[in-house]
Amino acid sequence: MTTHVEDHGLLRFLTCGSVDDGKSTLIGRLLYDTKAILADTLNAIEKTSQKRGLGAVDLSLLTDGLQAEREQGITIDVAYRYFSTGTRKYIIADAPGHEQYTRNMVTAASTANLAIILIDARKGVLTQTRRHSKLASLVGIPHLVVAVNKMDLVDYSQEVFEQIREDYLRFAAKVGIEDVRFIPLSALNGDMIVERGESLSWYDGPTLLDILEATPGAHSEHAEAFRFPVQYVCRPQDSANPDLHDYRGFMGRVESGSIRVGDAVTVLPSGLTSTVKAVQIGGQDIAEAVTEQSVTLLLADEIDTSRGDMIVKSDEAPAAVKEIRANLCWLSETPLDRARTYLIRHTTRDAKAKLTGIDHRLDVNTLEHLPAEKLAMNDIAEVSFKLAQPIFADPYATNRASGAFIVIDESNNNTVGAGMIL
Amino acid sequence: MPHRPLSHLDWLEAEAIHILREVAGQCANPVLLFSGGKDSICLLRLAEKAFRPGRFPFPLMHIDTGHNYKEVVEFRDKRAAELGERLIVRSVEDSMKRGTVVLKHENESRNKHQSVTLLEAIEEFGFDACIGGARRDEEKARAKERIMSFRDEFGQWDPKNQRPELWNLYNARSHKGENIRAFPISNWTEMDVWQYIEREGLELPSIYFAHTRPVVIRQGAIVPVNVPLVSGELTNLPKAGEDIVQLQVRFRTVGDISCTAPVESDADTVEKIVVETATTTITERGATRLDDQTSEASMEQRKKEGYF
Repeated sequence: MTTHVEDHGLLRFLTCGSVDDGKSTLIGRLLYDTKAILADTLNAIEKTSQKRGLGAVDLSLLTDGLQAEREQGITIDVAYRYFSTGTRKYIIADAPGHEQYTRNMVTAASTANLAIILIDARKGVLTQTRRHSKLASLVGIPHLVVAVNKMDLVDYSQEVFEQIREDYLRFAAKVGIEDVRFIPLSALNGDMIVERGESLSWYDGPTLLDILEATPGAHSEHAEAFRFPVQYVCRPQDSANPDLHDYRGFMGRVESGSIRVGDAVTVLPSGLTSTVKAVQIGGQDIAEAVTEQSVTLLLADEIDTSRGDMIVKSDEAPAAVKEIRANLCWLSETPLDRARTYLIRHTTRDAKAKLTGIDHRLDVNTLEHLPAEKLAMNDIAEVSFKLAQPIFADPYATNRASGAFIVIDESNNNTVGAGMIL
Repeated sequence: MPHRPLSHLDWLEAEAIHILREVAGQCANPVLLFSGGKDSICLLRLAEKAFRPGRFPFPLMHIDTGHNYKEVVEFRDKRAAELGERLIVRSVEDSMKRGTVVLKHENESRNKHQSVTLLEAIEEFGFDACIGGARRDEEKARAKERIMSFRDEFGQWDPKNQRPELWNLYNARSHKGENIRAFPISNWTEMDVWQYIEREGLELPSIYFAHTRPVVIRQGAIVPVNVPLVSGELTNLPKAGEDIVQLQVRFRTVGDISCTAPVESDADTVEKIVVETATTTITERGATRLDDQTSEASMEQRKKEGYF
């Protein structure tokens, strides 16, 4: 018997902003007001707050990072934090806000279904606001929330809030951001985060937590094509059980869509077709597998299949491509070298790749397209690659899982680029 | 038609299975670190869901400090046998005999010295990946560590130089001598673990449930004393002048006897522990891990030295 009643699954979201916008305080407030912070942690930050001569508990200390970061006085990496409301579990990706951390924001955004863009009410829409919004939209986060923070410092003024909303919407229309919501708040005082507070009575919209609770989960809004990259093949021939001698299970995660026993499928790259004989988890049959479930598929026909292949429904197969155009974010301190061959990892498939062209680079601050000959860390550009082996790709805009790839430098095995197929 | 999203436990389970299969698919010679503790017990269930009806594509391994709770060691052996999977045990005491682990004094906690023995075992077997049950909610160094965490030839973690990890495209590549630490339940909290144990009906070592044992109160922490080892020998003897009391306690986290403390509790079933976890006011490691409190950055420091 399980003890909880309702389960609205899980939501992953991203917070964008700098410490100056009160981002750490906002996260601290969310954790504190949802009781994800326990007494001993609170005691520790109370002591630190007192030591630093602060009057109230500084909730931003809750997200204080590594010793290596404290020594340098900066946040250098994405941190993941967790809270639960009893009906939904949340994973916060907390990314540092400065321009040189574009790569961290892209990393944090890649798994998020919602982004909170923080604006300091005193400062309004800034260059970094535009940068964060553009990146969130480029990485395909479907839901944006613009949180106008520090309302306490502008006397909770409705005019200030409305002006920021107008400014933002003018910019959003230009870059094609559609689903965006606005909320005034004070993370410091806890207004409109979990509790409504008393100072924003003119605002009758939902609190930040209400918005989070009502946001649809990933993959729940549109029908998607079935994509099943094979991770591993299970052939338990050495088993003592003779029934298993012919067992051949294709293991993977349903990246999108769903699959049932009896569905007609095609295995790529061979193009051979079959039907689904069984869908299993841990050797137990289930009727259907849906997006994000990790399962094992058994097919009616014996088809030679291995890691890197993709099983799809026969009537909605993706294109096999050896040339791709993509938005590429460069992540490495070593610049992109046009003469070198890289490895591209797309779903469970690796392919050797060579850059064939840079169409333009995106200036993340002005949003201008600039000509470019090379790419350095944090650059984002529209590029073309030629591949040695085909991949089975969808445009990133229609399918994040089968539209995304990473670039690996084989000399040190580092992940050096993140690509989104156009 | 789009469908209802997975429940949070189903989602976490599916993510962990995906990670386990990526390790199996990408690495030539992985190993799963199994201590008999609750987190690695969850890992074993996840591995069953990932790979059955086949065998696990990796052996299990425990780095035994020689100061582990008897109940946990016995459970470890029993569980490995039930699963029919190979269990490797490597001992910190053997490293001490070889002279590669030198304790500052006889009673120093052996917990951090597990790193040495682990690295020796990695070299002995040529493992290119170690799967562990660490969670990001446990500790702030872990909050920033990747799911596939790269370690150099000395097993060192460099927090400033981690591979970016995007979407669910994991990069577990390494050159010979280097190593990947893979953490399939990174995104789980203590509550998720207990809910999963409840849902799956997983068996646990008895010391996770409320029981009465002799303890002393040392600097505010409940310290178990006169703890029997597998050999029957007693360890953690009380210091002179300490009052031994019989308390009803349970362990929230289990490790080397010298550094894990229990909490007072009357929760003797998984259901009661789930309820208690929902209402506790103390973090899992805060109350119970004497080693983490030595310095604010001690987990980060240990990880840089090869700890998992």
